Amino acid sequence: MGNVFQLVWLIPVLPLLGFLINGLGRKQVSKTMAGIIGSGTVFLSFLISAAVFFSVKDGNTHVAHYFDFINITALKIGFDFQIDQLSSIFLLIITGVGFLIHVYSTAYMHDEEPKDFAKYFAYLNLFVFSMLLLVMGANFVIMFIGWEGVGLCSYLLIGFWFKNTNYNIAAKKAFIMNRIGDLGFLLAVFWLISKLGTADYHTVFASVSKLSATDITGITMLLFVGAMGKSAQIPLYTWLPDAMAGPTPVSALIHAATMVTAGIYMIARSNILYTMAPVTQCVVAIVGLSTAILAATIALKQNDIKKVLAYSTVSQLGYMFLALGVGAYTGAVFHVMTHAFFKALLFLGAGSVIHAMSGEQDIRNMGGLKKHMSVTHITFLLACLAIAGMPPFSGFFSKDEILAAAFASSETGGVILWGLGVLTAVMTAFYMFRLYAMTFLGKFRGTHEQEHHLHESPKAITIPLIILAILSVVGGWIGIPEVFMQGGHKLEEFLAPVFAQSNALTEKHHLDHLTEYGLMAASVVLALGALISAWSKYSKYQKTEKEESGLGKVLANKWYVDEFYDAIIVKPVLSIAKYFSNIFEKKGVDGFVNGIGKAVNYGSRQIRLLQSGQVGAYVLMMVLGILLFFIIQLFL
Amino acid sequence: MEIKWYIGLAVALFCTGIVGVLTRRNSIIIFMCIELMLNAVNLLLVAFSKMHAASAIAQSNPNVVSDAQIFVFFIMVVAAAEVSVGLAIIVMLYRNTHSVDVNFLNRLKN
Repeated sequence: MGNVFQLVWLIPVLPLLGFLINGLGRKQVSKTMAGIIGSGTVFLSFLISAAVFFSVKDGNTHVAHYFDFINITALKIGFDFQIDQLSSIFLLIITGVGFLIHVYSTAYMHDEEPKDFAKYFAYLNLFVFSMLLLVMGANFVIMFIGWEGVGLCSYLLIGFWFKNTNYNIAAKKAFIMNRIGDLGFLLAVFWLISKLGTADYHTVFASVSKLSATDITGITMLLFVGAMGKSAQIPLYTWLPDAMAGPTPVSALIHAATMVTAGIYMIARSNILYTMAPVTQCVVAIVGLSTAILAATIALKQNDIKKVLAYSTVSQLGYMFLALGVGAYTGAVFHVMTHAFFKALLFLGAGSVIHAMSGEQDIRNMGGLKKHMSVTHITFLLACLAIAGMPPFSGFFSKDEILAAAFASSETGGVILWGLGVLTAVMTAFYMFRLYAMTFLGKFRGTHEQEHHLHESPKAITIPLIILAILSVVGGWIGIPEVFMQGGHKLEEFLAPVFAQSNALTEKHHLDHLTEYGLMAASVVLALGALISAWSKYSKYQKTEKEESGLGKVLANKWYVDEFYDAIIVKPVLSIAKYFSNIFEKKGVDGFVNGIGKAVNYGSRQIRLLQSGQVGAYVLMMVLGILLFFIIQLFL
Repeated sequence: MEIKWYIGLAVALFCTGIVGVLTRRNSIIIFMCIELMLNAVNLLLVAFSKMHAASAIAQSNPNVVSDAQIFVFFIMVVAAAEVSVGLAIIVMLYRNTHSVDVNFLNRLKN
């Protein structure tokens, strides 16, 4: 099986081919063909990724060099792929969950015209290609190519229904906020190259001792700014709820399972840099935790099914950054994996509900759907249990690992981090089950035509839901912590080589078993309490005309952050732009350029008068010239 | 006589010539003024030649005594040639425009 590494280049190239065929031939391919090509390429990539994974499990890692991307005398950056434990896990997640979402999209988008259908699959394939480049790159530059590519595809896909101006605005917002983060990323890469002369992972991580403390702190901070933009942390998170304007499978793939986890991947990959910069780790943990809490509070009062899930994503990403900040790299990657499963399932389930409700997204108009859509109902319930952290579902294991690591991270602050993390978990359980109850339980609150149209979705939608549900249930069992089963944390064993350098530097605070049981019990009991109270309260929900007031109003308006950004940043920039375009451009630059033209005109008119044809004038000028010449001779 | 008188006369003649060239309308008068300028220069040459004659002999270079005076003849020859050509041009102009007025010659205008 060692030869499977020869085929590694096929993994990104197959989706790229799918993009080219579907994109260039979109007017010629039929809908079935487009669906088959789009999903088939990702499926083949998944098979090769699985083969690669089994090879890596046996202990083979591989760096494949293809060609020199940049080759100046001092700087050599090759187009290299690095296949090791970390990238193979991400490869499986991207291609696996991606394939399921492609299949789902063939049914979800079946109302589109053939050429838009093909365009959609072309964009999805391009996205998968960029994301694969991102995780397979062997140096920061190749990662950045993928980084930019996923940002672009996010823009293209959010604004897919481009005839609606609001969707275009949301797409622009996503892209611009992403770019702000990318600036930080680029600066970090430039800094790294200027200090070490290379952006190669292998070389950089081996020569970490050559960097001074300020270098490392600066580089890691700037990389984190990039992660802030890509993975929607404070302050660059407001694009993600607005990105729900795109089709639901897009939200599932990009904004739940893959693109937003790019920041986590990047930090996990650079773990040695972060371990050596405790200041940055502190910042990462605090920003992650605050994002988690903020997003969770907002989700408590949202009424659009996709917006609740969007804020839930932002909150869970905050958890992952908290894990990275306290040095629990395996925990973060574990949570990425389980989150990909249950969040994609939640989004796809929401899509199924929206489809059945003929496009309705407000949960106040839903209710009692469990009679009409049993498969969607069961899978959604399983996903909600997973995200709430109920054992033995996957979310419990990964979330618990993060909370335990937070508690153990420091003598004094650990309890605070843990406590706030548990608070977020409680809120998560509450709002998820509020969503579940308002959608599936109680009486139907929609219109009569919607009620007639309610039906379970076709197989192409329900089968991915079932597969993801199975994964959400069993996915956590590869990471059973030591307290339950010695040697049960298979994921930690698997990823150990990637994080070996960092783990050697940090002293592991080990919690004794009693404390760990206590922590687990506390978080599970509290979350269960929130779950039950939300279930009972919202299964009897009646639609009221009552407006929100007080704290509820603030939460429903997302703490007015968007309005704040609008006033502080967007309006001043727009007014500066208006000033420049109206005054500076029209009067200043145009005036200047036109003025030169006018001056030349004027000058030429005056000089033309010299040509009077009068011989006497010519002789006079001759005489004056000679006089001038003599004066210059005499005096200079 | 002191050299300053000769210089003064020559300069006066030269300036008169220039002013005449610039101001007069009749092209034949302009020609006469040009001649005036040339002759002023001739006068100056001869005067300077005489002035330097005594010191030149003392410096043992006998050739330089009458250099300028010979040069005057060259100038006169050139003046004559130029006058012949110029008068021919004036005659042609008169045949075309029936006037010797210089201001009439503005066909180069614009």
